[in-house]
Amino acid sequence: MVPLHWYMVLSMVVFAIGVFGFLARKNIIIMFMSIELMLNAVNINLISLSHYIQDLRGQILAFFVIAVAAAEAAIGLAIVIALFRNKATAHVDEIKEMQG
Amino acid sequence: MIQQAFFIYFACAITILSLLVVTRKNPVHSVLWMLLLFFHIASLYLFLNAEFMAAIQIIVYAGGILVLFLFAVLLVNIKDEVKIGKYIGAAPTGLTFAVGLLVVVIMSVRSFVAAPPGIYSIDFIKDATHTKALGMILYTEFLYPFEIASLILLVAIIGAIVLAKRRLKG
Repeated sequence: MVPLHWYMVLSMVVFAIGVFGFLARKNIIIMFMSIELMLNAVNINLISLSHYIQDLRGQILAFFVIAVAAAEAAIGLAIVIALFRNKATAHVDEIKEMQG
Repeated sequence: MIQQAFFIYFACAITILSLLVVTRKNPVHSVLWMLLLFFHIASLYLFLNAEFMAAIQIIVYAGGILVLFLFAVLLVNIKDEVKIGKYIGAAPTGLTFAVGLLVVVIMSVRSFVAAPPGIYSIDFIKDATHTKALGMILYTEFLYPFEIASLILLVAIIGAIVLAKRRLKG
């Protein structure tokens, strides 16, 4: 039997990699992919906990996380397309119109 | 023993694939590595007796979201991507934050105490089948959140169309 802690540590490693990608990458699409990575890490945690404490509600929560991730990806990529049409760039450090 | 060997394989593969996703220079390569990552995560769900979630993971993530990402990557020009550096100037700060978060949270795992087991044991799920057991909860106890989720998806569809639509002249 695999201990529950292994799953939690795996989920945290994936989450930390997602945090690093979100904070460090220049390309906005990779930043969105890092957000998906973090949501997947949360899903691994929820489903492993749901299995180990024998309560299916964790999987329902993961289900809603997947639905929200789909909505977030659609909106985010629409914003990327609109941004690329106006600025012709996908790099976050070239977007500084709001700088004072 | 064999379970632990399988878990170690999947854990190593998921970690390496996540690192590949965030460090590749070409976004198309990142998307394709992410496809492989999602299949590995779905296998991990099968390992946890959550076969419906594994199917949803492949259908929604690999079939829906990643295709959306691939479209966006191909619509956005990636010619100059290979010439400019991958990371912003403050990348070491991001790395510090990520490693610090990892260390703090892993140190707190040791004091984690699991809740007492609920009623949905493996035998119960095997009797009722996983999808049916999940549907029984989703459509009774979580009916309002389910309706709100459908509303969120509707708003997301309309919002995506409005945002990505070309402005009409005049």
